[in-house]
Amino acid sequence: MESMLPEAFADLEPFASKWSLATEGERYAERMATTMPEIQAFYDAVVPRAEEAIAYCDKYPLDDMPDDALHLLHLLYSMVQVSFPVECWGQPKIPDTGAAALDLISEPGP
Amino acid sequence: MSRLPKPPEGSWTQHYGLGTAPVSYEDSISPEFHALEAEAVFKRAWLNVGRIEQLPRKGSYFTKEITVANTSVIVVRDQQGEIRAFHNVCRHRGNKLVWNDFPRDETSGVCRQFVCKYHGWRYDLDGALNFVQQEEEFFDLDKAQFGLVPVHCDLWEGFIFVNLAKEPAQSLKAFLGPMVTALEGYPFDQMTERWFYRGPVGANWKLYMDAFQEFYHAPVLHARQSPPDWSVPAQNAGFEAPYYKIEGPHRVVSTAGIRPWELGENQRKPMEAVTRSGLFGPWDKPELGVEMPPGLNPSRANPWGLDSFQIWPNFVILIWGQHWYLTYHYWPTAYNSHMFEGTLYFVPAKTARERIAHEMAAVSFKEFGLQDANTLEATQTMLESRVVTEFPLMDQEVLCRHLHKVAAEWVNDYVAGQPGLNNEGVRV
Ligand code: FES
Ligand SMILES: [Fe+2]
Repeated sequence: MESMLPEAFADLEPFASKWSLATEGERYAERMATTMPEIQAFYDAVVPRAEEAIAYCDKYPLDDMPDDALHLLHLLYSMVQVSFPVECWGQPKIPDTGAAALDLISEPGP
Repeated sequence: MSRLPKPPEGSWTQHYGLGTAPVSYEDSISPEFHALEAEAVFKRAWLNVGRIEQLPRKGSYFTKEITVANTSVIVVRDQQGEIRAFHNVCRHRGNKLVWNDFPRDETSGVCRQFVCKYHGWRYDLDGALNFVQQEEEFFDLDKAQFGLVPVHCDLWEGFIFVNLAKEPAQSLKAFLGPMVTALEGYPFDQMTERWFYRGPVGANWKLYMDAFQEFYHAPVLHARQSPPDWSVPAQNAGFEAPYYKIEGPHRVVSTAGIRPWELGENQRKPMEAVTRSGLFGPWDKPELGVEMPPGLNPSRANPWGLDSFQIWPNFVILIWGQHWYLTYHYWPTAYNSHMFEGTLYFVPAKTARERIAHEMAAVSFKEFGLQDANTLEATQTMLESRVVTEFPLMDQEVLCRHLHKVAAEWVNDYVAGQPGLNNEGVRV
């Protein structure tokens, strides 16, 4: 199978197809649909590589990123997304938020 | 004892002459009051519907549903580059003129003219009717008399406002007044990276405004957003703002800031250090190359957190010390529900690192906003029980007190001008 991420981040490849998502809506939905052990495993794998990954993405202009760097960037957005369940809530969902919804209707690229 | 100085009267509430008695929330649970508010407030005040960057070129347009006023408005940049607004209704047989797929959904795009989906009447971008299908079969139809119905529209600092009154009582600038217009010169035009959030809320619009115009709740409701080393002392200390200002129907709260990068590791979320960002925005703020306008950070707090301008009736501009801003809109859909919009604006990210910092600020915003939103439904339902009808407000809730007072004033004012109507909306 072809890899989604740059070679230097092969260790994160197992998480790429699940978490390398282009929109906030998809990332938020994925977080809600994932168990805490799985979220934790992703968080534990990606956080130690975050600084390197950011530096890697930083080599390219935002409006002209190669696909693999873009996938890595989207993976980092998912890292931000799952940090709240891991660092604050102990569960995917924000406690006491019932059916409340706040959808991101338009968001900047890339 | 408060830590920060208060005005000579002893409190902000007394300073602004708002009275200290408990308040009623009847204005948030009464369908009759809501009906009056629609007429008295939403059909008479200037309403912000967006930013000029949403209309980048000639023919750019968007629609705005103003449910509370029973209308939909088209906002468009015409051939001359002028911004105009029209009621979104075809003059032939009343079809909604501009919509896509679902008639009740808002839409946007670029066009040369507006074409009605029903029988094909066409309107220029300046609203003039320019084509009628089978025109010769109509009876004495003077096309010049059948242009789109205009809505008063004006701009301030790139913000587009409309006014649904036949003749607005005040110009936009007079309506905004000196406290708000003292923001002129803030580089809103540099902050074009836009994040637009929207969600329905099962509570009266004023209840959500209240939730974002007091920070008394923040150390309690949002405690778990920070580690205990931060949240416990924060909750013990409570929240105080250094500055409140009220002018006409508008109000401002200004807060002191923090320097998260100076905090201990146990006092902030680990992801804040990874992304160098958080709820208050990116730690590294962009250069703006302009002086901050005199109306900002009025208490000269250092570090400064934010200024939240609560612009009557339903619009908020919140400017962060970290050089970004956001807006809130609260569009009533019924006496006990509204559509909330939160829009974040940054100087466009130039690097992946900056873009990730924006992601962190935006995700944090949503985590807080969802907590606030759901609390409101819990408030609405129990207010409606009317088991309790009077509620004590403390000094940090001074702006909530003011909002409800202004709503009552506008409604009373309207009723006074409508003989035969009492302030419960009942014909007498
Ligand atoms: S209703 Fe628009 S053309 Fe007939
Ligand atoms: Fe809040």
